[in-house]
This record gives sequence, C-alpha cells and structure tokens, in this order.
Amino acid sequence: MAELLFFIAGAGAVAGALGTVMLRNPFYSVLGLVSHLLCLAALFLLLRAEFVAAAQVIIYAGAVMVLYVFVVAYVGGADEPLSSPGPGLRVAAPAFAGLLLVELCIAILGSGLKALDGEGAPYEAGFGSPAQIGELLLTKFLLPFELASLLLLTAAVAAVLLARRRGGLADPRALSVADVVRGPADWSQGDAPAGTMQEAGGPAER
Amino acid sequence: MSISWYLVVSAFVFCIGAAGVLVRRNPLVVLLCLELMLNAGNLALVAFARMHGNADGHVFALVVIVVAACEVTVGLGLIVALYRRRLPIDVDRMRELQG
Amino acid sequence: MSATGWAWVVLLAPLAGTLVIALGWRALPGRAPGWIGTGAITVSFAAAVATLLDLQSRGEEERQLVSSAWDYAKTAGVDAELSILVDPLSVLMILVVTGVSALIHLYSVAYLASDRGYARFFAYLNFFVFSMLLLVLAGNFLVLIVGWAFVGAASYLLISFWYRRTTATEAGIKAFVINVVGDVGLVLGTYFIFQGTGTLDFLGSFEAVQDSFGRNDGELVAGCCLLLVGAFAKSAQIPLHTWLPDAMEGPTPVSALIHAATMVTAGVYLIARMHPLFEQAPAAADVGAIIGCLTLVVAATIALVQTDLKRVIAYSTMSQIGYMVMGVSAGAYAAGLFHLMTHAFFKALLFMAAGSVIGAMAGTQDLDRMGGFRRSMPFTFGCFVVGGLALAGVPPFSGFFSKDELLLLVGDRGGWHWILYGFGYLAALLTAVYTFRMIFRAFLGEPVAEARALERGELHHAEHHTNPATGEQEDTDVGFPGPEHHIAERAPQMRAAMAVLAVLATVAGLLQIPFGVTHLVDGFLEPTFAESELYERNPSDGQIGLGLVLGALVGLGGIFLAHLIWVRKPGTSAALRARLAPAHQLLARKWYFDEAIDILVVRPFALAGRFCQQVFERVVVNGFFVGGTTGAVRAGSAAVRAAQSGYLRLYAALLLLGGGALTLYFLIASS
Repeated sequence: MAELLFFIAGAGAVAGALGTVMLRNPFYSVLGLVSHLLCLAALFLLLRAEFVAAAQVIIYAGAVMVLYVFVVAYVGGADEPLSSPGPGLRVAAPAFAGLLLVELCIAILGSGLKALDGEGAPYEAGFGSPAQIGELLLTKFLLPFELASLLLLTAAVAAVLLARRRGGLADPRALSVADVVRGPADWSQGDAPAGTMQEAGGPAER
Repeated sequence: MSISWYLVVSAFVFCIGAAGVLVRRNPLVVLLCLELMLNAGNLALVAFARMHGNADGHVFALVVIVVAACEVTVGLGLIVALYRRRLPIDVDRMRELQG
Repeated sequence: MSATGWAWVVLLAPLAGTLVIALGWRALPGRAPGWIGTGAITVSFAAAVATLLDLQSRGEEERQLVSSAWDYAKTAGVDAELSILVDPLSVLMILVVTGVSALIHLYSVAYLASDRGYARFFAYLNFFVFSMLLLVLAGNFLVLIVGWAFVGAASYLLISFWYRRTTATEAGIKAFVINVVGDVGLVLGTYFIFQGTGTLDFLGSFEAVQDSFGRNDGELVAGCCLLLVGAFAKSAQIPLHTWLPDAMEGPTPVSALIHAATMVTAGVYLIARMHPLFEQAPAAADVGAIIGCLTLVVAATIALVQTDLKRVIAYSTMSQIGYMVMGVSAGAYAAGLFHLMTHAFFKALLFMAAGSVIGAMAGTQDLDRMGGFRRSMPFTFGCFVVGGLALAGVPPFSGFFSKDELLLLVGDRGGWHWILYGFGYLAALLTAVYTFRMIFRAFLGEPVAEARALERGELHHAEHHTNPATGEQEDTDVGFPGPEHHIAERAPQMRAAMAVLAVLATVAGLLQIPFGVTHLVDGFLEPTFAESELYERNPSDGQIGLGLVLGALVGLGGIFLAHLIWVRKPGTSAALRARLAPAHQLLARKWYFDEAIDILVVRPFALAGRFCQQVFERVVVNGFFVGGTTGAVRAGSAAVRAAQSGYLRLYAALLLLGGGALTLYFLIASS
C-alpha cells in the first residue's frame, strides 16, 4: 500500500514539476506548482513528517501560492512563445539538467550509505509530531528560530518598501532596474551628463 | 520504500527546476522553478531525517519554507515594482550587470 | 704645524670660502663675497708658502709626505683613503695655483662689480680652486679622479656663468662632454694600472710599477694611453681640443684662471706625476710627445687668422700647453713645469689685459673693430707688451728661458726628437707673429671711436646690450653681464693684480738661467724625480748656446715680421689672404676639426640614439614588452569580461555548472 501511494505521489510531484517548467501560461505554471506541492506533502506524510506536511500545505500551498496567484493576475504575464529561450540554452539546458540528474543519481545510489537501502531508523512515537518540532524549535534550534522570524520581518519591510507608490515620472522613460531601488533624486531626467552607462540609463541605443 | 527512492525523486525535481530556471524568460516562472528546487531540497532533508530517526531535518525543512516565503515576497515585490514602472517583464532584458 | 698640516689648510681654505659665500650670500653686503673669496685664496697662498718653507727645512730624503684624513674603503685588494701627497711637485703646483688665483680673484672684484651674479661667481671660483688643489694634492688615484671631476664641473659652471646666453651654455656643455670623455679615459687608465700594481696609492704604485709590468708591457701602455686621453681632454690637446676656443664665452677672469693658468695644466701635471709609469712605457710617452708637438703647431697656425681677441689668446694657450705636454712626455720634467709656471704668469696677464680692452670696447671682442688704444690705455698696453714679449720668448723675459730649456732637453733625447725640436722653434716664430699681430692691431694704428671717447675721458657704453658673437638682444639682469664695464686704468684692484703678474712675467726667468747660473726649479723638484733616468741630463754647452741664440732670433724675428705686415705695410695682410686663400680657409675653419668631430662622433651617436629611441625603445620595449604585457592582460580581462554579459540565465547556468562540478569532484574524490 505504501508503495502504491509512493508511486502515485512521486509521479504527481514529477508531473507537477514538469508542468511548472513547460507550460507557457504562467497561471498554469502556478497551478502546476500547487499540485506539485500537494504531492510533496503526501510524500512527507509517507516519511512520517506530519507537521512538515501540514506546514507545507498551509503555508506553502496555502499562502505563498496564493500570493503568486495574485501577482500573476496583476502582472498578467503573456504567453511566452515556445522558441524564446536565449542563445543556445534551448538544447543545452535540458541536456545539462539531464547530466546533473545522472550525476546526482550516481551520487545517491552509488554512495556507500547502507542506510539508504533501508526504510529508516526505528523511531519512537511522536516522531515528526508538532510536539517534538516545537520542543526542538525552542531548545536546540532557538537561534535559527529567532533568526527566521527576523528574516520574516525583513521581508515584510522589504515588501512594503518595494510596493510603495512613488511620485511617478513625467514621461515614462526607460529606466534601469537600479533606479527602482534608488530614490527619486537620483533619477537623471533630461540630458545631464552621466558618468557611467548605468547612470545614463543604459546603453546608447535605448 | 527505501529512502533512496525519495532521494531520486528529489533529484528529479531539482533537475527539472534547474532546467526551468535556465529556460524560462518570465521572471515569475523563474521564481516558480526556484521554488521547485527548494522543495526538492526539502524532500531530501525530510528523507534523511527519516533515515536517521532524527527530527532535526524537519526543523531545517521548516526554516527552508520560511526562507522560501521571504524570498518569494521580495521577488514578487520586485516584479510588481518592475511592472509598475512599465519595464519589460523579461529576464533577458534586465542586463544592467553587463560589463 | 708640519708641512702636511699646512697643506690641509691650503686645501680647505677655498672650500670654506665657497661654503661661506654660497650659503650666506644674502647676508653679505655689497662686495663682501668678492673680498671673502679673495681672502680665502690668500690664506691658502700663505699656507702654501708655509708648506714650502717647512718642506725645504727637511732633509732631501724626507720630502715626500703623505697624510690621510680618513679611509674610504678598505676591502680586499682596495685601500682607498682620503690622502694628500705633499712633495716638491705638488708644492710647486699649489704655489702657482693659489698665487695666480689670488691675483685673479682680486682682479675679478673690480671686473665683475656690476654683475648681478657677483656672489655666485666667487662661490664658483673658490670651488674651482678647491677642486684644482684637490687634484694636485691628491695622494692616490681615487682622490685624483674626484678632483678631476670636480674641476670639470667647476669649469662647466664658470663657462656658462652668463647662463641666459645660449652660446655660453652650449659652450659649457661642449666643454663638459669632452671633459667627461677624458674622465672615462682617466678612470679606465687607473683601472689598468691598478690591476697590475694592486694599489691605488701613488707612491706605492710607482714603486711597484717596475715589478708588475715589463718595459712597454701592453697593459701598461694601454693604461698610460688612457691616462693621456684624460690629460688631452683636460689640457685641450688634439683631438679633444675643440672646447677651449668656445670656452671663451665665460667671463675673462675665468678664461685667465681656468683656461690659462690652472685647469688646462692639469694634464701636464698628470703626466709629470705619473712619470714612473710613463718611463716604464715609453711608447705611451712618445704618443704624448707627438700629440703635444702636433697641437703646438696646429694651434699656432690657427691663431694667426683668428679675429676674436680672446680666441687668439686661447689658441696660444693650446699651443703653449702643447709645448709643456711635449716636454714632460719627453722627460724634460723640470723644464716643462718651469714653463707651466711662467706661462701661468704671462698668460693670466694677457687675459687680464684683454679683459681691460674688452671693457673699453663695451663687451666686443672683435679684433677687426679695435685699434689705436695705445694712448688711451697706456697701462693695459704696457701689460700686453710685457706679456707678449714673455710669450714670444724674447730675452730676458721669463718665457724665453723656460721655452728654450724645454726645447733643448727635448732635442737632447736624440733621434726623431730633433723633428719635434725643429717644429718647436717653427711654432715659436709663429707665436711671436700672432702675438704681436694681436698687439699691433689692437693698440697701434688709427684710434677707433671707443678709443677716442676714452681719450676724452668717457668710457664707451653700448646703447643696446647684445651678445657680441651673435648680436642677439640681451638685458643686464641675472644671467647676463652687468651694465658697466671696467678697465684697468680706472680700477685699482685690476691694476694691482696685473702689475704683480707683469713683474713676475719679467723676472721669473731668473729662477732657472742656463749654464748653471741658477737652477732653483731643477733643484727644488729633484726629490720628486729622483729615481727618473731622464731627469739628470747634461746637454753640451754648445747646444745650450745654440738654443738660446735660436730662441732669441726667432722671437725678435717674429716681432719684426708682425711689425712689417701689420704696421709698416698695412695692405700686406689682405694681399696674403687673397693669395693664400685655401690655406686661409683651412686655418679660419680651425683645420675643420669641429666638422670632423661632428661627422665622426656626433652624428653616429645621434643616429644610434634615434635608433634606440624609435626602434628599440618604441617597438621592442614599449610595444613588445610593455605593450605586450598590457595587451595580454587586456585580452585576458576581455575574455573574462565576456562572462559578465548581464544575462541572468547565464549566471544561473554558471552557478549550476559550478555546483555540478563540485559535486562531481567530491564524488570522484570519495570513491
């Protein structure tokens, strides 16, 4: 039974991943990722990681993906033409990924870890339960826990900053990404002499 | 199933994500593929935690999820800002690091 | 104090004078630098006399004293100290140098009184005297070379004293470059000799020369010939003589001191000092004698056609130094040095008198524009005549005795030396001719405008100051001559100096009258040349008599000839010039030595320099080495820069590639 579930979940995860990568419409890619996440949650359950599975579903699939959906809806994201990949990467990237896969498999399967062949160490009850996770978070991993919360704070502040509505530009000139994070005073409007190409707003042909 | 199967699945997903990062031009999708890679890592972590019988891997995976959430926040914020400024939402057109 | 103590005072007094003037000239009022300079040299002269007295009070055997101040380098094989050698030769030299220098300093106090560079002049002049004294008092090759180089530097500083005149600075550079050639010869010669004898010390070297080298040993001959190169450059002998006429760009006291009495005699001193080496390598000595003879003839012929007053006297100096070089190379040491002494007196006198005439002409030195100064400048005329008679070798003036003894002893060597003897008398005739040509043209005949003005009591001043040689406009500020000119008739200091020299030029001959009447110079110098086989020579009375008669005849005959051509029949000179036009051209162009040196030396070097700069420097060094390095770095960085394309995906690819490679590495490493 576990094997069957494993194969279904595993196939679903891989299929979701493939869908994320290969589907042209960003909406569909997001949906693909969501399905991937759900299958991954199933795999977590098979590995007795209940809390992580729940967290995955609630946080990842529930919050992060919803955020993605919102942004995709806002930004739009037109269908990308299929032949768009940049110079030489169309063929090279899948080939490279394939090689990487081979390498990783050799690493995993060819390593001398005997325990990989087993089903895992014997575990006591409560393994992977919220109680255990909570205890670990507050004792052994207190510092990472606090740092993670700090990181969340930073991200929240960053999000507010980035989403701030600026004064706007008189004319929608082409700007560089660097201007976005700089303040309005640094935007060079008109023909002020610029020191570097970046300050001038990019290469001359723009 | 032995743990190595889970690891193989993790490797698959990681490689698919890597290929996706290299191939797609829409930064939203690139971020999605990054998520794929992170998740693959998570799967590997949890698999090893199971192997050792040690829940440290779960905590690690939780922290990875937190990090992923933060990264998504900031990345999407950037993309929204780009969109607001009417810049092309295209990874290949953002070349300020050139030179 | 002992002789060496006094010798140190002699050496250091001018140095003190230089330092005081050079460092404190702003604080010294008016003419004080001049008096300080003169005072320093006078102290030096007094100390030289004291050295003489002390030296003479010792026994004959103890008259070669060495005194060291400190060691320079005492390493394996080299023992270099700052040491001076006090012996009759050096005492003679320091007496002449300090004596004549003191008089010239006195002369300069008046001559340069209105010059803005007054203090600088005396600082340089004192420095020069210090260098010359260092040269003649040197006790080993190292100090000699140091003094030699300093003298060259001082000469450069003084020739280009009026440094805003291009002609002066060019002349200074020319003198310095030729002197450096001589310096190289001197140093290389020292090397050859040091290599054989193993010591830099003079006395030690001289003692060791017979054991270290065979007679006419190749290395010793090479070393001595290189020393001769140094001597020729300093003493303006052919072919390194072209700097001396141009050096007349310096002020007249400089010409008097450096280019008549002291610096140009350094070569003569060198040969006399190194006589043991030259006697062991007679081939080199013969070279010296031949070059000396060649110079004295060529210079005398050129002086016949010169129209610049100072240049006539300059070529005359070259000729007389040729006599001295010939003399000391042929072994007539005492005679050569005696002639050095008398020459210093009458040549300095002639230059001083020339300075007076040039002052009356407001800076012009052109003989063609002078004439008839006899009545307006009687004192100067008298000095000129005294100096001219001494130079021409008319008895009983000093030049007669010294020149005749020199030629006598040269001829006494026998063999081919009789040719040198003959040329010597021929040139003596020419000497008398050109000397009195100069005097007759400048002083006799119709007075020119400046002379008439002077008779009325006005000293002529030029309305616009110009360079007398090129006619360029000048002012009278620093770097140019001052606005006023000075003549002997009006300046007591100039008169005093010239009077002393005139007396000396007249009576110095009494020091060494032939037939054994007096032989003070001979006897005095005996301890230095004691072991020389050429020193004691006794020509027969007949030869002595013949020489004296010949000398007198030649001198008087030359004066008569000059009188005939330039006074009695005024058109003769122009007629001769027309008849002998090619010869005149050759002499007027100074036997084309300048052109020859230009073609043989200057142009090849310039070509080599251009080649080095344009081909080697530009292509090989700049292009290949420097440019190649930068080009390689640029290419490398361009290659690396290609990776900075700005493509996000390329970066991601590289990241993953790197990660994969790392994994691969660990995979392989652990298996």
